[in-house]
Amino acid sequence: MSSVKIKLNPAEVEKLKEVCASFGNQSGELINVLHKAQSIFGYLPAEVQEIVAQELNVPVAKVYGVVTFYSFFTMIPKGQHPISVCTGTACYVRGAEKVLDEFKRRLKIEVGETSADGKFSLSCLRCVGACGLAPVVLVGEKVYGRVSADGVADILAEYE
Amino acid sequence: MEFVNLTIDNKTVKVEKGTSILKAARSVGIDIPTLCYMSLGDMNIENKPGGCRICVVEVEGRKNLAPACCTDAHTDMVIKTNTMRVLNARRTVLELILSDHPADCLICAKSGNCELQDMAHKLGVREIHYKGEMSTYKPDKSPSIIRDMDKCIMCRRCEMMCNQVQTVGALWGINRGFEAVVSPAFEMDLEKSTCTYCGQCVAVCPTGALTEVDHTNQVIRALADPNKTVVVQTAPAVRAALGEEFGLKPGTLVTGKMAAALRRLGFDFVFDTDFAADLTIMEEGTELLDRLGKFLNGDKEVKLPILTSCCPGWVNFFEKQFPEMKDIPSTARSPQQMFGAIAKTYFAEKIQTKREDMVVVSVMPCLAKKYECQRDEFATDGNPDVDFSISTRELANLIKGANIDFNLLPDEDFDNPMGDSTGAAVIFGTTGGVIEAAVRSAYELHTKKKLEKVDFEQLRGLEGVREATIDFDGLPIRIGIAHGLGNARKLLEDIKAGKSDFHAIEIMACPGGCIGGGGQPLHHGDSSILKARQIAIYQEDKNKPIRKSHENPFIIKLYEEYLGHPMSEKAHHLLHTHYFDKKNEFLIE
Ligand code: SF4
Ligand code: SF4
Ligand code: SF4
Ligand code: FES
Repeated sequence: MSSVKIKLNPAEVEKLKEVCASFGNQSGELINVLHKAQSIFGYLPAEVQEIVAQELNVPVAKVYGVVTFYSFFTMIPKGQHPISVCTGTACYVRGAEKVLDEFKRRLKIEVGETSADGKFSLSCLRCVGACGLAPVVLVGEKVYGRVSADGVADILAEYE
Repeated sequence: MEFVNLTIDNKTVKVEKGTSILKAARSVGIDIPTLCYMSLGDMNIENKPGGCRICVVEVEGRKNLAPACCTDAHTDMVIKTNTMRVLNARRTVLELILSDHPADCLICAKSGNCELQDMAHKLGVREIHYKGEMSTYKPDKSPSIIRDMDKCIMCRRCEMMCNQVQTVGALWGINRGFEAVVSPAFEMDLEKSTCTYCGQCVAVCPTGALTEVDHTNQVIRALADPNKTVVVQTAPAVRAALGEEFGLKPGTLVTGKMAAALRRLGFDFVFDTDFAADLTIMEEGTELLDRLGKFLNGDKEVKLPILTSCCPGWVNFFEKQFPEMKDIPSTARSPQQMFGAIAKTYFAEKIQTKREDMVVVSVMPCLAKKYECQRDEFATDGNPDVDFSISTRELANLIKGANIDFNLLPDEDFDNPMGDSTGAAVIFGTTGGVIEAAVRSAYELHTKKKLEKVDFEQLRGLEGVREATIDFDGLPIRIGIAHGLGNARKLLEDIKAGKSDFHAIEIMACPGGCIGGGGQPLHHGDSSILKARQIAIYQEDKNKPIRKSHENPFIIKLYEEYLGHPMSEKAHHLLHTHYFDKKNEFLIE
């Protein structure tokens, strides 16, 4: 996992400190704080981890250990259009893997990565509750149903 | 107290409730092999992540084998520790570990001292039935420590030492599954982390994943160079542990044999860091009295307590974690650096040698000293005061490599003038020793009276944090002692919060002080070895005709001929230093 260097602006630093404070700056709340931070920033760059470590008074090595342990956390910023492929059971048996492979091939990225131009990022999700439409793909908020590998190019074209 | 009764290998065992099967078995002499588990008994340190599963045993009525190190003993349990099923499971587990471990034992720095190698030997592994992908990580070399994570077996002992014992927080387990490994934050190099180079992680790592940077080849090259005058100094704690590398009982003092071995190795001058420890007391003790005097005269500027500064692991710790307190420690350099500075000036002039033609080697129980001697402020025109710092283990390797039969060596003396020392200097090697040495001199210098008894028992022991009040002829002096950085942190937090009433505090980074240093022969968690080394150190003190630093005739002469008086301008230039704020230095942008 490589780290992305960013400079948080003072308002963002303040916001992050407030998040930590809302959990009482308790080291036991590390995972919850990180969840909240990720929901604000979309990802957990090194600087965010540094600040969380400072506020909660835990080693930054531990914060990084937690971030790398849980697949939910990411240190890579989401693309402008985050793509999520459902790999829940229903989608999986209906060929979600082929769809996923096609996205990987076309975008030249792996799951958890963001395309070089920052436009797309790729992730997997567990069942979104639209099994009737399997396999399901989400781009941002928009839901695509019964997607096949052949249809991937058309979906991407919508955002070019 | 509640007890449980159980049966292990047909023996009835009674243990306190909450005892692990492993401890219960060991209490009746049944050994169960372990790999990730580690216990440093007297220090209350236990590592039991339950990760390796080498310690599995059969519990009657249970389907699965149970890891003995982290399963509690219960009443009426019937346990078998060496059935066919158990032995096969252990071998399978070990083969799986070995299938992701580079098989370069022949050239590994840990070979012969590796717990994984020992285990393969013990379980009789002759073939590895599993082949697969091997994990590879980028090697990481800092000034003191090499991390070769391809050899990491994820026992997490290093993480435990670095976090629970030292509270440094440089290392933590990252990733999961096959990719799991112990690493500094963001997989940055150790050098960029909060690491203090105390070496306690190296001291407990069962494999070659963590080792010291080896400088023995540079030393051999210097010894072979006819144009170099090679001077060696040996730290106090080395003489109390080096013998262990040659099969001698822990606590055997080998001062004389060590000097003889160094001479056989070809060092031109065999000197003693103890000489510089006496010098440290002169400077540090004077500084203490100076600050104390000012304090008693109502000077509000003066900072108390004064903290000792002879341990570079501890210096790294406060520079990185408590930089706001960097003007509290004494400015006195460590004995290693005082020695180097005097060797390359005063002594070099005496023997009419240019500093460039002199190589100073130090033998240390310590890995932080490798980094310390490379600090810019301890060099003149790029030429370091101490060229190479090698560990006790590296010295043993040099001696073995030169085919010297250590145990047959006669006892020899150090050379003069920098080989003569007092009992006060040798106790620098154990927790409590530096402050006791300082008290011996400070008392006499302050009260102008002779000490009746130089032994200050109240300062001795192995307890993590100790305190005592010493009567300076009506003036009660409050003394604190901490060893292990976690204990040091407690005293520092108190000072920060204004809750500390100490006048002087001694801090050593390693548990036990330098006798337990990261460069010492591995004690594999046996704290009786530390105790034996400590007893040896105090014995050496007792054997010395002079036991107070300010009475060392060669120190007196050094001041007369060269330095003038303690804390003179020259002494300041050569023997004192200043500290840096390194807290944010390595923060990633
Ligand atoms: S040398 Fe000490 S501070 Fe550095 S990683 Fe090892 S235990 Fe931690
Ligand atoms: S580096 Fe050594 S001590 Fe640390 S987890 Fe790996 S094998 Fe264990
Ligand atoms: S206690 Fe001794 S061995 Fe440990 S870091 Fe300090 S000086 Fe080195
Ligand atoms: S020694 Fe018990 S699980 Fe490793």
